[in-house]
Amino acid sequence: MEATAEFSTVTGVAAKQEAMACFHCGTACVPGRHAQGGREFCCAGCQTVFELLSEAGLVRYYELGDGVRARVEAGTITEAFRFLDTPEVRSRFVDFDDGQSTRVTFHLPHIHCLACVWLLENLFRLKPGIGKSIVHFPRKQAVITFDPTVLKLSEVAALLDSLAYPPELRLADLEKPPVNPLTRRLWLQTGIAGFAFGNTMLFSLAIYLGLDSVSAPSFLKLFGVLSLLLSIPVVTVSARDYWVASWRALKLRQIPIEVPIAFGIVAIWGQSTWEVLSGTGEGYFDSLAGLLFFLNIGRIFQQKTFDRMAFDLDYRSFFPLSVIRRRAGVEERVSLVEVAVGDRLVVRHGELVAADARLVSGAGMIDYSFVTGEAEPVARGADERLHAGGRQLGGAIEIETVKAVNQGYLTDLWNQEAFRKSKDDAFGTLTNLYSRRFTWIILGVAVTAALAWMPFDVARGLKAFISVLIVACPCALALAAPFTLGSAQRVLARRRIFLRNPEVIEALARIDAVVFDKTGTLTSTGTGDVRWSGASGAELSATEAAAVRAIAAQSIHPRARRVADALAARGLAPVDVTGFQEVTGCGVEGWVDGRHLRIGSPAWVERERAAVPEVPVRGSRVVIAVDGAYRGEFAVGGEIRPETDTLLKSLAGRYELALLSGDNERERERFTTLFGGGGRLHFNQGPLHKLAFIRDLQKSGRRVLMAGDGLNDAGALRQADVGVAVTEDVASFSPASDVILQGGEVPRIGAVLDFSRRVVRVVRISFLVSTAYNVIGLAIAASGKLSPIVCAVLMPLSSVSVVVVACGLTEWVARRSGVTGSQISPTPGESMPTEAKQP
Amino acid sequence: MSVILILIPLSLIVAALFLGAFIWAVRGGQFEDTCTPSMRVLTDDGTVKAPEAERFQNQNGKSR
Repeated sequence: MEATAEFSTVTGVAAKQEAMACFHCGTACVPGRHAQGGREFCCAGCQTVFELLSEAGLVRYYELGDGVRARVEAGTITEAFRFLDTPEVRSRFVDFDDGQSTRVTFHLPHIHCLACVWLLENLFRLKPGIGKSIVHFPRKQAVITFDPTVLKLSEVAALLDSLAYPPELRLADLEKPPVNPLTRRLWLQTGIAGFAFGNTMLFSLAIYLGLDSVSAPSFLKLFGVLSLLLSIPVVTVSARDYWVASWRALKLRQIPIEVPIAFGIVAIWGQSTWEVLSGTGEGYFDSLAGLLFFLNIGRIFQQKTFDRMAFDLDYRSFFPLSVIRRRAGVEERVSLVEVAVGDRLVVRHGELVAADARLVSGAGMIDYSFVTGEAEPVARGADERLHAGGRQLGGAIEIETVKAVNQGYLTDLWNQEAFRKSKDDAFGTLTNLYSRRFTWIILGVAVTAALAWMPFDVARGLKAFISVLIVACPCALALAAPFTLGSAQRVLARRRIFLRNPEVIEALARIDAVVFDKTGTLTSTGTGDVRWSGASGAELSATEAAAVRAIAAQSIHPRARRVADALAARGLAPVDVTGFQEVTGCGVEGWVDGRHLRIGSPAWVERERAAVPEVPVRGSRVVIAVDGAYRGEFAVGGEIRPETDTLLKSLAGRYELALLSGDNERERERFTTLFGGGGRLHFNQGPLHKLAFIRDLQKSGRRVLMAGDGLNDAGALRQADVGVAVTEDVASFSPASDVILQGGEVPRIGAVLDFSRRVVRVVRISFLVSTAYNVIGLAIAASGKLSPIVCAVLMPLSSVSVVVVACGLTEWVARRSGVTGSQISPTPGESMPTEAKQP
Repeated sequence: MSVILILIPLSLIVAALFLGAFIWAVRGGQFEDTCTPSMRVLTDDGTVKAPEAERFQNQNGKSR
């Protein structure tokens, strides 16, 4: 009886209506309501920003960048940020303060283009008292200096907020992460090694080319001494990390790759110094400096992490810094750390319940999807218990805290054992497994060579021993893994798959069980298709679509918003709604142009005596009645990510599969079909159940990959051998994990696993190549006749060729595994500058 | 050939100057954000400068 029609054809008609776009944010707006100088604005907020910018001569903001600007909610109040001025919060928040100038770092998630950088660095033109501001684009941070005698911290925050760059204030911001000096030190070490490499090479080249035969031997002596002097900072500064790492490892009776390298450095430097001081030769100082130069470059390559990615976030990064407290009828915004048990808090639409609490008044409609995985918001009445981490939808509610912020339901998870142990077990890496064997073999060869020569020629035996250590110094070996895994990490980052560190590839290659979360991982919130089926096949007219959109857009229910968003994508002209009313858990209704519309659940619409037919649809139904008559409905659903079935089919058989969902069982059947009966499906799983499930799998000898998105998965992600956090926006909060994945890339998990296994094979091949060099070098060295020129050529040649093999093969493997392809999306940090329009 | 005795110290001094410049750049934090400066240069018309008190400049390197 019903014919289903794509609603896009309906709304396509509506798009032809002339819709004015806001000059600031591009939202469709009613012409003439907020207009100035021939420019239309959607709201007073956007208009105010424009006025502010044009007064300060900053209209260039609109010429730069990509034209995407956030809508400005009118009425920023400094009051909302007043809590920042309390001495306790302020002193923990600012970076530097001497009474005359204050420096503060704000995290501004809305920074996204050239214009943002320009505007934020020109803040001083907008308000007196503001000094220099510096934007760190990849981290989306702005470091702002201001004069505390003129401006308060809250006023600076309010200024940013009024420009549509609301600072993100999280509980975790109060604890400053220690400054990471590692990158800086690594650059210095590389620079010093490079400096010494270049200069000693100049001397050595002259000697290799036969300088000593032409000129006086005094040059030889001079060059030797200069090289020795240049090598001192190399050995003390550039090689410092190898001494530290070897010393630490030997105390633990382990042999990581640093140990044979340290042996090699000692042997080369000792032999060279002796040669120079005794006047018997000129040493291998050029090789030594070159070795450390390449090794440090390898470390820079490996340690380049993704600045805006935070892999170690916990619940404090999820919680806001401030809440509204009501005391004796007065509402004030206070820092979350000040909240005590028994305080009354006001939670508005979209805000978090910050601690376990009791609902005092108001209609609670709590969205726990991020915390428990329940897809649907739950209604809560007075006196009912609310868990921390839920998000209130709808009107404001008043709650009374029953537990301290750091003791709630959520934080129990963080007291688990899984969170206490460090996950970075460097000794188990492939390189170190190989190096263990390698070191013993080298020592064996060196001792044998020495013993073999000793009876005939003591000096030659000693030389053979040292030569073996010099030649076998596993420079190429040490470079193979960093360059292979590092380039693999970059390949994945191009697909918006971000790894905590390159070693995660090795862990991925060993995975044999894959566990999925449901909500937000296999299903997506807000991307499924929305299909219209009208009564008697009638399509929605443009006016009707506009009316439905206007009413649905005012609802707080996720499904109504999906309908509104789907219709809004067609660019409808806005219409006025009167008599709007929302019934929590049922739907919304309102009047448009004298017609009454009711949008909501079938049961609720039926109560209006509109007969709602039974329609077998997939997904959730959003029924629409106009003037008491059934008009049709939207099927919101098919929320399972596309290609999920292909993913599961490709994984089935090769991996043990499981689904752990915090949601109830209503979708069990659907997922049983998807998993093909092969996987274990568990519903109603709490965070601790998930953690225990992973632990049990590991006890049975499995290496587990867990993919999840919510805080309820945090324990499981942490416990798993590889935790994959799925997020719709890679810059937003995601729980601690090893991999951060853009939601749309979930179906590619199979390809990533294949890719990782191939990459590890590439590492092994690179090991073989470098071993081949070592065998050749060893053959010469063990004979006790190592000429410096062979050493000087072999060393850089082996390093460079291993690097080329490693990077080249990784790119090739990436193409074979389908990890790269036509849809390469560059990493946000790297893409922005080139995408930005030139002024 | 004895001119080498002058040239070598000279070349080492020049190289050391470059090393010094490099160390200064690393200490100043220039290697920590290589992205934003590349955007800044596109908008820099050099007309208006931030009111720079001396102390404001000195802390640039210490930003986290």
